[in-house]
Amino acid sequence: MWSWVAHRVTGVLIFFFLFVHVLDTALVRVSPEDYDKVVATYKTPIVACLEYGLVAAILFHALNGLRVIAVDFWSKGPRYQKQMLWSVVGLWVVLMAGAIYPVLGHAARVVFGS
Amino acid sequence: MSTTETTPSGIGPVEGAPFYGVDNPAPLIEAPRRRTKKTPRSTRGNFEMIAWLFMRLSGVVLVVLVLGHLLIQLVLDGGVSKVGFAFVAGRWASPWWQVWDLAMLWLAMLHGANGLRTVINDYAERPASRMWLKALLYTATVWTILLGTLVIFTFDPNIR
Repeated sequence: MWSWVAHRVTGVLIFFFLFVHVLDTALVRVSPEDYDKVVATYKTPIVACLEYGLVAAILFHALNGLRVIAVDFWSKGPRYQKQMLWSVVGLWVVLMAGAIYPVLGHAARVVFGS
Repeated sequence: MSTTETTPSGIGPVEGAPFYGVDNPAPLIEAPRRRTKKTPRSTRGNFEMIAWLFMRLSGVVLVVLVLGHLLIQLVLDGGVSKVGFAFVAGRWASPWWQVWDLAMLWLAMLHGANGLRTVINDYAERPASRMWLKALLYTATVWTILLGTLVIFTFDPNIR
């Protein structure tokens, strides 16, 4: 039940970001300066935290989506759905820990100096 | 003994078989839910099943495309700090990444639009709000897909 709620919430959040992301990328058709100006906001510490949140949402949605597919198409899927949920959560925690440095590292250098 | 006696009351004719026969001395009754010529043709196609299947198939492909995209844009080679016009120009010089981004755009937009359609169907109860929310969703989806496709196909590294 809660994995279903989380799948919906993360899905809607990712979809709304996708609209913004297509629009900001469309600025490459306006001018290199305008594109670089907008992309610069993606490199600020606050937006870096939002990016970390985006990665969190996408990773959960991706891993849980694979679990949903396994439940639907694998004959033993429904029997192991709970174990698969804990695998999803465990893998998500590991990947999120691994994403801290690459995603938040440059923001930390901006805030604390390098 | 004739095979067509008086029609029993309350029983309609059975397609392709008489009421009584050597093998059925009792009047033949049509099997429940049997498809006959009188059964109305379904006016609903397989759309919901196709949509359900599309979510799973596109989902598998998107896991590869999107996680690869995140790895390139946010993790490898300095993370987000190297992204800029020059970086985009370098990547879209290759048809491989053009096709990658185009497939990701179309699949993600359609996957997300279908997901939000489900959410609207679940939570918007008044017919008018359902209609307007879905009209807005479909309009925004079509515009965004067309805009993104146009940008990928008409990208010009020497725009300035």
